[in-house]
Amino acid sequence: MDTAFIAQLAAIVGPDGVVSNKTALSVYDCDGYTLEKSTPDLVVLPRSTGEVVAVVKLLHKEKIAFVPRGAGTGLSGGCLPVEAPVMIGTSRMNKILHIDLVNRYMVAQAGVVNLWVSNAVKSQGFQYAPDPSSQQACTIGGNVAENSGGPHTLKYGVTTNHVLGVELVLPDGEVVQLGGVVDDVLGYDLRGITIGAEGTFGIVTQATLRLTRQPQAYRTFLVVFETVPQATQTVSDVIAAGIIPAALEMMDNLMIQAVEAAFHVGFPTDAGAVLIIELDGLEAGLDPQTKKIMAICERNAAREVRLAQDEAERTALWKSRKRAIGAAGRLAPNYCTQDGVVPRTKVPDILAAIARISEKYQLRIGNVFHAGDGNIHPILLFDERNTEETERVLKAGREILQACVDLGGSLTGEHGIGVEKMGQMSLIFTPEDMLAMTQVRAVFNPENRCNPHKIFPTPHGCIDTRVPRRQASL
Amino acid sequence: MPQTNFVDYEKFFDCVHCGLCLSFCPTYVELGTEMDSPRGRIATMRSLHEGKFPLDAEVVRHLDLCLGCRACETACPSGVHYGELIESARSFIEEQYRRPLLDRLKRWTIDKVFPNPLGVRVFASMLKLGSALGLSRLARSDKLPQQLRSWFSMVPERGSVSSATLLEHYPAIGEKRYTVAVLSGCVMPALFGATNEATVKVLRHNGCEVVVPKAQGCCGALLLHNGNKPDGLARARQTIDVFNGLNVDALIINAAGCGAMMKEYGELFKDDPVYREKAQRVAAKVKDVTEFLGGIPLIPPSREVKKSVTYHDACHLAHGQNVRSQPRALLRAIPGLQIMELQESDWCCGSAGTYNLTEPAMARRLLDKKMANIEATEAELVVMGNPGCLMQIRAGLQQRGLSIKAVHTVDLLAEAYEG
Repeated sequence: MDTAFIAQLAAIVGPDGVVSNKTALSVYDCDGYTLEKSTPDLVVLPRSTGEVVAVVKLLHKEKIAFVPRGAGTGLSGGCLPVEAPVMIGTSRMNKILHIDLVNRYMVAQAGVVNLWVSNAVKSQGFQYAPDPSSQQACTIGGNVAENSGGPHTLKYGVTTNHVLGVELVLPDGEVVQLGGVVDDVLGYDLRGITIGAEGTFGIVTQATLRLTRQPQAYRTFLVVFETVPQATQTVSDVIAAGIIPAALEMMDNLMIQAVEAAFHVGFPTDAGAVLIIELDGLEAGLDPQTKKIMAICERNAAREVRLAQDEAERTALWKSRKRAIGAAGRLAPNYCTQDGVVPRTKVPDILAAIARISEKYQLRIGNVFHAGDGNIHPILLFDERNTEETERVLKAGREILQACVDLGGSLTGEHGIGVEKMGQMSLIFTPEDMLAMTQVRAVFNPENRCNPHKIFPTPHGCIDTRVPRRQASL
Repeated sequence: MPQTNFVDYEKFFDCVHCGLCLSFCPTYVELGTEMDSPRGRIATMRSLHEGKFPLDAEVVRHLDLCLGCRACETACPSGVHYGELIESARSFIEEQYRRPLLDRLKRWTIDKVFPNPLGVRVFASMLKLGSALGLSRLARSDKLPQQLRSWFSMVPERGSVSSATLLEHYPAIGEKRYTVAVLSGCVMPALFGATNEATVKVLRHNGCEVVVPKAQGCCGALLLHNGNKPDGLARARQTIDVFNGLNVDALIINAAGCGAMMKEYGELFKDDPVYREKAQRVAAKVKDVTEFLGGIPLIPPSREVKKSVTYHDACHLAHGQNVRSQPRALLRAIPGLQIMELQESDWCCGSAGTYNLTEPAMARRLLDKKMANIEATEAELVVMGNPGCLMQIRAGLQQRGLSIKAVHTVDLLAEAYEG
């Protein structure tokens, strides 16, 4: 990048808002998905929508492609700069702009951390419901891009159900406001299709978030089973009984061991599987539901049902669940997390399939996931210095997703397609489907200069050979 | 470029690049730059280790800016030993990198003054002189430039610096329950003598016979945190030799930075055949004073202290040693005390050993944040367990002209035992 261009950017965001040193840039070479790496030529860190607009207009004039990035906690390489020399980071756009508790919404800049939103209104009895496991670090902008979920998705829905409006800077620098502060906005739901577009429409600079009342009361259980099938059967039975818990999470033995090593909250390391079941709502309704769940657990030969006795115990349980994937780092030098979805009655089948694939490829695979949603997260352990093993991980990952699709499921529950699963899109969509979707994208991003080479495989076939800038991390 | 070997390479693979540490890192939240986040610094250190890029000003800049507060270790699910990584990188920098002259001079002075009893005494005398002349008032003068004001804010108000040398032995008050040794430290006797005395008082009231070996000096923490490994290890060895032979139940520390380092002596000397076992033995005895008191059946203080207080978590206590609940429980044991919650209580105040001297600009930003949070509590006292934080927070309070006082947890406890 020539110095005159850098100076122009620095004039907009300040000299400390442009990263151009090569060693400094190298730390932006991947997000939470580390199997592929690519370093941007420049990183720009604006503080306001105005600065984003000025930067994007300049890029538009120079016909330079760019990629937006939040905290870089994504798990599908959504912010990997592929043929996009400039990265626009939202880390400095971390201000909560407005809180309206009477009308129950908050306006937050894209770089605000998910957990900060709930923390800001906690003392007044409110919360922001979507709680991705990375919520202590991930940003609202990234949540909007990926339409993030979280353990409590089961009852409360995902990001799109809690974002009333977004401010979007289009790739030519135009600012559009989609949605609003109320639910019923006339016209097409452009807010809806922007959420989950993985940053391919433009950069979301701020969002209007729905604030909801904190539940009056909780019942949070840790249920211990000898075997995985007992646990998965319990999940099916709870749903079949017409109970919608706030969350219904499962962990298998390998993950129990990792989590216990990391957080010491007393998970039984000899158990085959545990479920974390949470009920919430009005105090009056919880005990009858608790009884029903206890009965179902007993029927499925649960070894133990532990009820969190106070808020501290509940918090400890959730903290360890939410950081479970990271704890897998204690089991192996590297891991790759998959994010398939199956109909929830098929959870036992997909776990059996994963066990088979684990055997076939001689890989250790742990499972910690949103059982109530049928959103699985197999964690494939490996050492990136072993190229042959890394190859097996990639193959096994693809086979797991194929199995999800065969069971009537889908490729991703909440992590997005990114670069990781572009090759598998054809398992679900026909070329015509994908053409239609890219036409929608073209309405917002006609020259494909914002976050190119994401989601959709291009007709050239394998992108590994087509895109020289994108390299495996080996 | 050749591979460098400043730390066990396998340690880098503990980091899985999940990024959960980011929002816990004060410098990342202030600057928003990945290079100044724990994950970014680990990537940088790894590339340095692999010989992917040279040790240049850019690399040093980002590693220097790390506070070493270890908040990232609290956030990390994967068990990265970040403190060990950054300290190894720092000693590598000090060995291999030639800093600009002024920077070298500043660091040399710090290394010579603080761990050295004579150096600290000279420093303390200067502070006391400044304090006697009332120079601290200049910190609030509108007529002076900001930089100068912040220098004057280091000068304590009259009476807040105390020097005291402890005796070698104190009997327990009442029935003897334990025998403990106390690290009197290098900075503490000259600047916080009263706090050292308070530590002994509180321990004695809890049935402790207290021994304070005379030969002791600096534990090496300040030097090791700054990357001065040769001198730091020498101090650590000396400290190990002093305490190794003692037959005591615990080795009590009232400075969080020292306690965190001394608990790691075993790891530090794991490849040293002469010191390995001694180091492990000493490290196993180390306890922060609040950790020790929190772990025994406390003989509760009886005097009322009618004050409102808030508690600041020193980084090397909360993140470095996971001591959070014990000091709070001790405060709750003081009759009459009203405790207010401090927002972001475990967010670094910017002191970070000698960071406020080497990186004043970032230290100031963090101090401003801490001050705003302290002021919002409307407490009369802010309580903490580390001399570095005490100096930094006192300076901040003074410069803002606030009437809130900063004290050590044992200062307040001693008041509740003896008035």
